[in-house]
Amino acid sequence: MSGGALWNMKASALLELMMAGEVSATEVVEAFLDRISEVEPKVGAFLEVMRDEGLAQARRIDELRQSGEYPGLLGGLPVAVKDNICVAGTRCTCGSKMLANWVAPYDATVVKALKAQGAIIIGKTNMDEFAMGSSTENSALGLTRNPWDLRRVPGGSSGGSAAAVAAGQVPLALGSDTGGSVRQPAAFTGITGLKPTYGRVSRYGLVAFASSLDQIGPLAADVRDVCLLMDAISGFDERDSTSDNRPVPSYTRALSKSAKGLKAGVPRECLTQGVSRGVKECFERALEVMEDLGVEIEETSLPMIRYALDCYYIIAPAEASSNLSRFDGVRYGLRAEANGLEEMYVRTRRNFGPEVRRRIMLGTFVLSAGYYDAYYLRAAKVRTLIRRDFKRAFEEFDILLSPTTPTTAFLLGERTQDPLSMYMADVLTVPANLAGLPALSVPCGFEEDSNSGEDGDGDSGRRLPVGLQITGRPFDEETVLCAGHAFYQAVAPAVEAELARMRKDLGKESCGSACPQAQSPKGSAWKE
Amino acid sequence: MSAGAKSERVGLEGVRLVSEKEAAGGRLAREDLELVVGLEVHAELLTRSKMFCRCSTRFGDPPNTNVCPVCLGLPGALPVVNREAVRLAVIAALALNCRVNLRSRFARKNYFYPDLPKGYQISQYDEPLAVNGCVMIPGPPPKKIRIRRLHLEEDAGKSIHEGDDVTRAAYSLLDFNRCGAPLIEIVSEPDISSPEEARQYLEELRRILEFTGVSDVKMEEGSMRVDSNVSLRRLGQEQPGALVEVKNLNSFRAVVRALAYEKDRQSRILTAGGTVRRETRGWDESLEITVPLRLKETSEDYRYFPDPDLPPLILSEEWLESVKREMPPLPEEKKRYYVDVLGIPAYDASILTSSRKLSRFFDECVSRGADPKAISNWILSELLGYMNSRGLGPDAIPTSPEFLVKLIRLIDIGVISGRIAKDILVKMCETGRDPEEIVREEGLQQVTDRAFLEHVVDEVIAENLSAVEAIKKGRSKAMGFLVGQVMKKTGGKANPELVNIIIKSKLE
Ligand SMILES: [Zn+2]
Repeated sequence: MSGGALWNMKASALLELMMAGEVSATEVVEAFLDRISEVEPKVGAFLEVMRDEGLAQARRIDELRQSGEYPGLLGGLPVAVKDNICVAGTRCTCGSKMLANWVAPYDATVVKALKAQGAIIIGKTNMDEFAMGSSTENSALGLTRNPWDLRRVPGGSSGGSAAAVAAGQVPLALGSDTGGSVRQPAAFTGITGLKPTYGRVSRYGLVAFASSLDQIGPLAADVRDVCLLMDAISGFDERDSTSDNRPVPSYTRALSKSAKGLKAGVPRECLTQGVSRGVKECFERALEVMEDLGVEIEETSLPMIRYALDCYYIIAPAEASSNLSRFDGVRYGLRAEANGLEEMYVRTRRNFGPEVRRRIMLGTFVLSAGYYDAYYLRAAKVRTLIRRDFKRAFEEFDILLSPTTPTTAFLLGERTQDPLSMYMADVLTVPANLAGLPALSVPCGFEEDSNSGEDGDGDSGRRLPVGLQITGRPFDEETVLCAGHAFYQAVAPAVEAELARMRKDLGKESCGSACPQAQSPKGSAWKE
Repeated sequence: MSAGAKSERVGLEGVRLVSEKEAAGGRLAREDLELVVGLEVHAELLTRSKMFCRCSTRFGDPPNTNVCPVCLGLPGALPVVNREAVRLAVIAALALNCRVNLRSRFARKNYFYPDLPKGYQISQYDEPLAVNGCVMIPGPPPKKIRIRRLHLEEDAGKSIHEGDDVTRAAYSLLDFNRCGAPLIEIVSEPDISSPEEARQYLEELRRILEFTGVSDVKMEEGSMRVDSNVSLRRLGQEQPGALVEVKNLNSFRAVVRALAYEKDRQSRILTAGGTVRRETRGWDESLEITVPLRLKETSEDYRYFPDPDLPPLILSEEWLESVKREMPPLPEEKKRYYVDVLGIPAYDASILTSSRKLSRFFDECVSRGADPKAISNWILSELLGYMNSRGLGPDAIPTSPEFLVKLIRLIDIGVISGRIAKDILVKMCETGRDPEEIVREEGLQQVTDRAFLEHVVDEVIAENLSAVEAIKKGRSKAMGFLVGQVMKKTGGKANPELVNIIIKSKLE
């Protein structure tokens, strides 16, 4: 059976096999590299695959094991890393022309941690340029498709990482989440993704989009695998002043706890924000599953999160406009030929894509003298109120439940001409970033009615995955993961059967008929 | 309202000032105008590493050798505050009588320039480290100059333009060694009303910052930089006229000359019924004038906002107390000690406390048992005299306290004369050698051999009979002349007291 293939297995299972000496790290890495060769032309998840380094790394892990040494928590497991996280000696493009040839001279703290735990970094994944987007269509360097339906987006901005895990190209991946960029693509591709509490995971080496919102997070097939990555990358980093130094528990061990007796709140505002009927139905079934697990569910209200998206689209661009100033052509990255400094700046920075330029302009505007108070300062105040809403809710509830996204994966090109409809894809995920809270997206089922786009008629024959979002108290990833794990156990048989079928079909499907835009190497957003 | 509109408003008030006067039928005279100056001083802190990374702050290393992802602004790099920089800035704030804020905050100042690698400078804006300080300047009359704020920030890199002219350079080179070095910016209130007061204020700031070990305040190495805001105000009025910012002030002398020039320039405009434009001007060292700097039409909007990479800087009461306890003495305190306890004249004490190095040198001499007054005299007249003639600053004292104390002891016990000692000091300074060694090797011991000296005195008397006559007539000046002749014949080595006694006995 196809489930027997190494690439179709979860990280925790692979780890057991390797520890038992039944397979080698080299075999594992080879299996995933083969799978990448097989499906990458259809999925397009990677910007770079480090085949030779990956295999060399795997051999080293095997030698360690043979000599009786412990190769680390993730010894021999392949990991894909979003291309806005620095890996020394490897290009770090951020999906942008500006950094298309920039080779990072240092490892991000999370990458150091992965290496220290024996993980094998086998590729850098595609993303919306500088993590700005919800479909990965804003990448200037490649098009990534949703493995469930190649006509659809994988979500974003960590679309490459999510698609790679869903397609079985890699068991584990890192993404970054500024407004939902881990959770939303996880939901769109039927896998699990966590945005940790702000400060739980070091940001050192993550190319900043919006510093007060960015957080690196893991993506994997299930909660247990997410915990494996969390155990490796969490903790204080003296290089990141916003990282937190409270002790980190073992997340893997926390999974044995029961979800029984947990109090869960369902914010009623979350079901009014353009949530599709299919998603709503799926979410309601998920609530029933939770109740069956002994979770007490009650409706609640977070009145201020109605303003979360507006608030986010002031704060995030403001910080981005400043963070992206360094891409000026002076020291690294792309430099346009020009006569004189001013012209060099202008010509160089024209190479940002339209969405990035839009946000730089927006951010520059809201920080300008005379507008600062009305926009940035007011948004900062709203943010405080949103935090307060959550704080109040968490006095009563252990977790909050909502759908991760209002709809399932939309069609490629469907929203590229309408930024506001694109922004709506993050409406349910943005509040956790504003409040700095841990939030998990876990697969909860499939939408019964396909949310067809303009030409969609549901003839893909495959239902699209829906994600359940579980939000927790600051630094209480344990409860979030524990509830997520208990829930996932209940739905796993159905979800994983679909996943296995999709993966199997993906290997067979010919791209030509399935992907109408196969001939276009780039997302349509880029054509402007 | 935009910053541009704001500056326009201030400019218009400048116009109104003049026109009201004219409406009243009076003519504005130069004597009616008072100089109003506020100074912004940047001082580089004496830390080993930079403000937000671990790179060295050493001066003069090959370009771009003290750099890392953080100070080069590489993608993904993050700043971490240097504790020692905060400690030194707090010492400066306390020494300048500021109120230290237990909570302050770093903010980003956004602008594009090639030597600013992140496209923003991390500084402090609406929540500075310290506020409301003051410095006393000696005058006369003594005056209090208030300090509005003191904050921490990072330095930029250095642009080196081909041919030294930015407008015509074919290319520019960048050195980021200094980029990210810790700075404090000290902003005074506009309390300075003359170029001389500005000089005194800067001298006092420099003395305090150097003395407390906060900065080495060398303008020539760029570790102290000054910008000024200059305007004129009609005597008796509250509101000063349009503000002119003067940059490129690379020495105290440049500050004094530039302020004098601006006062003259602005009063000429105002007395002729014109208006002073609000603008930024640069001091041209060679022409000794200020010239308008070519700036953009619109005024710069730095879009300050709190740096999301750095949480607020929170200082605890206990930590602040511990810094206060371990505060190095201030120059004024040290000076009082020298005067009141050691009996040093006030003027001498103020020179000894003009620099930490000098004061430490003096302290060590005293702790080695030297007589404070004697050693102070030697330092002020001989040692500093030598150093001034060679252009040496107080951080390049060419001998050690140990040697200077030895030298004075050699005089005290009669081995050498004071005159010879002055020559020995020069040799000590030139070679760095031990005075005892110099005396021994060059045979500079005083001659106290009575028979030999009597012989020399006989010779001198025989050669200067007229002087002998003069002495016998009671003219004591001639006595000194004879002693001098003996010293001359002995190459200064004769013990002058003994020579005196012998001459007197011969003439009786
Ligand atoms: Zn550095």
